[in-house]
Amino acid sequence: MESDVVISVQEVVKTFPRADGTPARVLDGVTFDVHRGETIVVMGGSGCGKSTLLNCLIGELPVDGGRILYHTARMPSSRDISGMSESELNELRKHLGILFQSGALFNSMSVADNIALPIREHSSVPARLIETIVTLKLEQVRMLEHRDKMPSQLSGGQKKRVGLARATALDPEILFYDEPSAGLDPVTSAAIDELIMDLSKKLLVTSVVVTHEMDSAFRIADRMVMLDRGRVLKVGSRADFEALRNAPPDTLTRHEERLMNQFLNGYGRGPLTDATGTSEFERLITAG
Amino acid sequence: MADSPSSGSPVPPGSRLRTAVEAVGEAVLAVGRRGAATVRFAGEMTVVLGETARWIARSLLRPGVRFRRDALAAQMVRVGVRSIGIVALVQVFIGIILVLQLAPTLESYGQIEQVATVVAIATVRELGPLITAIVLSGFAGASIAAEIGAMKETEEIKALRAHALSPYHFLIMPRFLATVIMLGGLAVIADVVGVFGGFMTSWLVLDIPPQTYLDITQAALDPTDYLTGLFKAGVFGVLIALIACCEGLNVTGGAEGVGLATTSTVVKSIVALIGVDAVFTTVFYVLGI
Ligand SMILES: Nc1ncnc2c1ncn2[C@@H]1O[C@H](COP(=O)(O)OP(=O)(O)OP(=O)(O)O)[C@@H](O)[C@H]1O
Ligand SMILES: [Mg+2]
Repeated sequence: MESDVVISVQEVVKTFPRADGTPARVLDGVTFDVHRGETIVVMGGSGCGKSTLLNCLIGELPVDGGRILYHTARMPSSRDISGMSESELNELRKHLGILFQSGALFNSMSVADNIALPIREHSSVPARLIETIVTLKLEQVRMLEHRDKMPSQLSGGQKKRVGLARATALDPEILFYDEPSAGLDPVTSAAIDELIMDLSKKLLVTSVVVTHEMDSAFRIADRMVMLDRGRVLKVGSRADFEALRNAPPDTLTRHEERLMNQFLNGYGRGPLTDATGTSEFERLITAG
Repeated sequence: MADSPSSGSPVPPGSRLRTAVEAVGEAVLAVGRRGAATVRFAGEMTVVLGETARWIARSLLRPGVRFRRDALAAQMVRVGVRSIGIVALVQVFIGIILVLQLAPTLESYGQIEQVATVVAIATVRELGPLITAIVLSGFAGASIAAEIGAMKETEEIKALRAHALSPYHFLIMPRFLATVIMLGGLAVIADVVGVFGGFMTSWLVLDIPPQTYLDITQAALDPTDYLTGLFKAGVFGVLIALIACCEGLNVTGGAEGVGLATTSTVVKSIVALIGVDAVFTTVFYVLGI
């Protein structure tokens, strides 16, 4: 493992049982590295296994094959997450921040308490200082005036921003984001992207972002990973992917390239929707 | 539909016999599946019990681990204090019913005052803990299952783990302890109120002198009666808390799943409570306690 690699995902396989009991491979040999300080974006269509990958990365789901090696600044050497005991895993998790798809705030606690909880539980910081840290974190996501509200009184975008403040409460080394801008209006979504870039610069964190919003992906990414039905199609720099997006479809020869070109541009027609390039609807029409 | 006599199967398709055989087969399979599900659920309850016990021990023994007294207090209020009224009301009715049902029989033996003995024993050893537990399974069990289920659905439990916080320490332990402690406390209240209901009915309806009733009650009960009753209450509390927490943690499928978990908690609790009570009563009977 290279020295600046923080997470090395190697041939990860994850299966879920289908209704008839046979296993469905949701992740099928996923391999890529995450480098220190970068923002890496994992893209892919709905249901291609992005959330599943994230859950495997944070140790929430056990993998069925392959390895996920962590080498954080606090670790003397790289460790496979599936070989960690519960307490080792918790030690690692204290240095990870996760923004869930829905925000996942603790609904019985106020906004301020949501952010204070991890600090209170994992550090011996005195109460007065915790107040200050909470204020600071809320200011960072521009939610300070909502500090005494309950989560049920917040909008979806506000919940995500509080979730982000909570994820950064313990100044994590690595931040994971599951669909940070999904379901938000373009302005709020751009504001969240700004926040992600801001945090990555200010806190010097490594960010792993899972999304299917292409505008957002191209705004924040240093490098990108393209997933399709549980397989990695391509890992590359943002420039690589920009070139691929801007290429006219008929100049692309490889099937995967045309597939990604369609996805990155959000075309309704292409190899993703049909192997022959015609949509199901069109075929029905021509078939009468 | 005409049965064809030349059919290859020994039982012709569509015949009554075949339908009956199929129905029996289906029923046996269903029982088998039920049994397997029950064994699996019991396994899950054991895991939850083990984890909860581990966290209780940790927070008592390790200086760094918080006992979270405020959360426990909040849960005790929620589980217990709010159900005192209903438990008392139900138990008074039970006292009244017991006395009026038993009175004619005892009177024919010329032993009408012995109604006090029966009420005392039945309430303290049996009905106090059992009825309280049944009320609490609807009251606290269902709401704990719904709450934990909703937390699972909104990814709150996942978020706790992601922050290196144990849901057992944060959510299950205070609810578990609160249910066990409050069920014990409520059972004591139920005993008193149940005997009081019997006492008032005996005095006002059967004209049994109050002093006689109290003397007989006192003579009827010995410490083992209280202890077996309290012991049962504690075990019932453990059962309700474990069933509710397991159901909550198992929730999938959104609001509908949460609804199913609450119903299932009440049904499973009542069956488990009465089943376990029967076992205990048998054991106590055999041991002569
Ligand atoms: N617990 C589970 N049991 C069975 N199948 C599952 C489970 N979780 C996910 N899946 C399946 O795995 C596949 C990938 O799901 P996942 O949630 O990772 O998709 P995703 O890429 O995050 O999609 P989206 O962009 O819509 O959030 C889906 O087909 C889903 O049905
Ligand atoms: Mg997802």
